[in-house]
Amino acid sequence: MGQGFFLLFAAGAVVTALTVVLARNPVHSALALMACFLQISAIFVLLEAPLLAVVQIFVYVGAIMVLFLFVIMMIDVREAVLQRFLPGHNLPALALLVVLGVEMLALVLWSGRFSAIEPITPHEGDQVRQLSTTLFADYLLPFEVASIILLAALVGAIVLARKESG
Amino acid sequence: MVPLWWYISLAVVLFVIGAAGVLLRRNILVVLMSLELLLNSVNINFIAFGRYYGDVRGQIFAIFVIAITAAEVAVALGILVALVRNKSTLKIDDVTTMKG
Repeated sequence: MGQGFFLLFAAGAVVTALTVVLARNPVHSALALMACFLQISAIFVLLEAPLLAVVQIFVYVGAIMVLFLFVIMMIDVREAVLQRFLPGHNLPALALLVVLGVEMLALVLWSGRFSAIEPITPHEGDQVRQLSTTLFADYLLPFEVASIILLAALVGAIVLARKESG
Repeated sequence: MVPLWWYISLAVVLFVIGAAGVLLRRNILVVLMSLELLLNSVNINFIAFGRYYGDVRGQIFAIFVIAITAAEVAVALGILVALVRNKSTLKIDDVTTMKG
């Protein structure tokens, strides 16, 4: 049953990701990206990471996508809508992408180390409790550094988006 | 159960699609969204490896990636608003101010 769900969510994620890249209107891209994030959060649920699924929905769909849509509404995208998108326009980049994808897929499929079917997670106790204990005990310094980075980004975004006179 | 390489293959496909968006599109907004796609495919890899090898640190690094992504998007959209206010363009080819 898990395989069927995985195929469903993976197909949805790939189709919406293609829509993000191929859509001409940035608003359509943003909405497709939101759908893609929802599929990926469903895949996190399949991976038994419910906390990450909730964080994904809150942060990406709730905060980042609202920020994207806000900026799209604030700036004028009509000129960008008019320009056409031709995938064959940049042939070296296209060839590079094909090589990259074939190489990575060949490496993954050739190697026998990724063929694990059954996860070896020992189901001992609450998983979220274990996660948060590791986060706040072993990784306290990176956590604080991340909070400082977020504060700096907040101040920087306000300063950058402010009008010059104000 | 789902084999591990299914998750990695999905992450590879999403990564290539995101890289295509970064390299081929000329709209700055779509390039930023494709960057989000790249980071999400990396997150899938982190969580899948953490699950299949019984290590909780995969999820912790995914949390850090999400936090840094939020900061990156805030700064990038601030820069974008300032750019549109100054040059009124969204095409990446028109933004060549820092070229030497």
